[in-house]
Amino acid sequence: MADLFDDYARGEAWDEMIAADGSVRAPYRVLHDSIQRSGAQELRAGVDTLARAYLDQGVTFDIGGEERPFPLDIVPRVIDDGTWQTIELGVRQRVRALEAFLADVYGPCRLVSDGVIPRRVITSSRHFQRAAYGIEPPNGVRVHVSGIDLIRDEAGTFRVLEDNVRVPSGVSYVLANRSAMRQQWTDVLGKVRLRPVSHYPQRLLAALVAAAPSGVTDPCIVVLTPGVYNSAYFEHAWLARAMGVELVEGRDLVCSGGVVRMRDTSGERRVDVIYRRVDDEFLDPVQFRSDSMLGCPGLLTAARAGNVTIANAVGNGVADDKLIYSYLPDFVRYYLREEPVLPNVDTWRLEEPGALEEVLDRLGELVLKPVDGAGGKGLVIGPAAGKDELVALRERVIADPRGWIAQPVVQLSTVPTLSGDTIAPRHVDLRPFAVNDGNDVWVLPGGLTRVALVAGSLVVNSSQGGGSKDTWVLAGERRPVVDARSAAAAERRERAPMAKLDSSAEDTMQQQQQQQQQQQSGGAAC
Amino acid sequence: MLSRIAESLYWIGRYVERAEDTSRILDVHLNLLLEDPWAPEDVVCASLMSAMGREVVEPAAAADVLDALAWDRSTPASVLGALGAARENARRSREVVSAELWESINVTWHEASRPGRRAHPHAFLTWVRERSAAFNGTADATLSHDDAWHFLVLGRSIERADMTARLAAARALAGTAGPSWVTLLQSCGAYQAFLRSARGAVNDARSIEFLLLDPLFPRTLMSALVEAERCLDELGTRHAHVDRGQGSEAHRVLGMIRSELQFTPTVELLDDIYHVMERVQAACSAASDAIARRYFPRGVITSWKAS
Repeated sequence: MADLFDDYARGEAWDEMIAADGSVRAPYRVLHDSIQRSGAQELRAGVDTLARAYLDQGVTFDIGGEERPFPLDIVPRVIDDGTWQTIELGVRQRVRALEAFLADVYGPCRLVSDGVIPRRVITSSRHFQRAAYGIEPPNGVRVHVSGIDLIRDEAGTFRVLEDNVRVPSGVSYVLANRSAMRQQWTDVLGKVRLRPVSHYPQRLLAALVAAAPSGVTDPCIVVLTPGVYNSAYFEHAWLARAMGVELVEGRDLVCSGGVVRMRDTSGERRVDVIYRRVDDEFLDPVQFRSDSMLGCPGLLTAARAGNVTIANAVGNGVADDKLIYSYLPDFVRYYLREEPVLPNVDTWRLEEPGALEEVLDRLGELVLKPVDGAGGKGLVIGPAAGKDELVALRERVIADPRGWIAQPVVQLSTVPTLSGDTIAPRHVDLRPFAVNDGNDVWVLPGGLTRVALVAGSLVVNSSQGGGSKDTWVLAGERRPVVDARSAAAAERRERAPMAKLDSSAEDTMQQQQQQQQQQQSGGAAC
Repeated sequence: MLSRIAESLYWIGRYVERAEDTSRILDVHLNLLLEDPWAPEDVVCASLMSAMGREVVEPAAAADVLDALAWDRSTPASVLGALGAARENARRSREVVSAELWESINVTWHEASRPGRRAHPHAFLTWVRERSAAFNGTADATLSHDDAWHFLVLGRSIERADMTARLAAARALAGTAGPSWVTLLQSCGAYQAFLRSARGAVNDARSIEFLLLDPLFPRTLMSALVEAERCLDELGTRHAHVDRGQGSEAHRVLGMIRSELQFTPTVELLDDIYHVMERVQAACSAASDAIARRYFPRGVITSWKAS
């Protein structure tokens, strides 16, 4: 019998399904059995169904003007309960540290006077916004939503690769993936139980309500989108619909007297919380890019006056800076007095003495990243780069050492992925999403697993040939429901079942007539 | 029009609506079992079965529920059975039902009974909803909005009210172990509409209130009852000259239960939801009987015996 896993070439990376000795890791066992039973053809058919479903639902992204279904691999990634608890703990800790850092940077700046980080590192960050200084968010939250990108190294340890606390996107794919995959793996899902992801919109809404300016009891919340041509527009519309709030564009808003209103058919309605999916630079032409048509003039003034809450807060980008990322473990120790649960990837800061020389010597074996490049933009992987590319890189790094960081090449972990007619290992990362409502940081179980669909590739971004996987977090012990259940059963026994459904009296009579009609025509033929 | 034809149309309306509602309910509940690791399968299944007026054989499993409520051809209380029954009724009234409408029903029935459908219940249930929408759209666009049409819509509205009442009663019975009110709203396709109207304040009381009383969303109990009454009104004025002394009986029954829902303080309604819903079901059944007596009289069947 042809075994789908016969030619499965485990590389040096950590494979999440198959252990080094060839055995199947525990969380994947049920899934592995099911894959073996279904075979390549059935999986292929499943992939086609998924693609069609996404096209039908409009879960798409544009490549050169053409609408393509967001690529979703049919083999899910599985994370067991214990591993997840560590990730959850680590992400929550990270978010708390980021909150403390941002509150400090746009406030007293204690961390500079205490010598945790040099002031110039902060002020030289491209996303540090002086305009945000002194704006106090009503419930102290600046990072309402965050996506902390994790990778799993060769030893199976999860590490933080980067923090996204500006406008992290991708959460709609997590929910869309789950509802699409549910139909593909009904047999497996009958045996293993997953932590649900569908509460996300309600959690986000609750966090936004909690973030409303003080004194507002029934806040008007809106999602601000750049518009239909934005690549993440699907997500913006989906979030607004799932939360039952308005999706607005900049031109729908009007600011006057320090108050934001939106134009609707019955006049102007006051807006209390804006969940914005527009970058800082475009948000308010008064403060930032004066040619922006996506924002609304005066927004920041209204926020400063405490009349509207902007989520996520303006200026968060300073925490996404990859040089500042390298200080995050220090922040955890400094602000929280805890040891980091999730380690960083080792990082060279090129302005430190000797670092630049060492990195330039080893350029061919390291990864170099621009500090403000989101989504893998501008990143150079030394071993995969050509000679010319390295020469050009060297010049750019020497010219602007503040603009780059260097990291060793980490072999991202692999998960079996359907490729053609066979299953092959492909590299993945993980973006868990966290929602902070001011009392608690809630982490969506799982998150978005992105997968590099090209063999050996370490680049998982969907703009560069990446896809996604549904991420299953196995549920731990069931909550005891025995009491409620037996009570319900007892009550049911006491009552007779509900009345049967009505049916047409004619139907019964008709059956008798039918027999007679048939007999009659039968008689005539004789 | 012939009483026999009117009766057929009334039941076409009911059966198509029943197929759609049952698909919605099944789909949402089965998804819930896959989605929520802590959903107790037997409680969810038992509450579903009892909502549909079936005997509960414990422990109930999802596969049994599907067998009984989706695939069972022998009874019009399942999706497939209801589609078959709708087609039978349409066959009896082909001269009134437009050709397009007949074809819509007929195609649905043939497609639905194709073997191999069972392998993909979710796809099947979604498709039934689409077919029902196509049916309703075709009926709206290709039938004169005359008596025939009103009987069709009357059947649909009464069935809808009955189904919503059953769903709410089953939830009240299962208590906290059962599916949440959000699940119920989803079953009626009303969740997003509810979210918009509630502006995010999602809680049990508001969900129930929306599902039962919202006057604007077409699948709520209140809307269904109002629509049924409107049809009875129309039919009543057209048939005023042949009042058989029980003309407004159906209207009276539905109107009473509608007023009870409308004017009982919400808190009291919520406290006693199971019994209120039982009364709604009883009212639907009584109205259906009264309509039959009024508009579909049948002769006493005489059979001759040689002695």
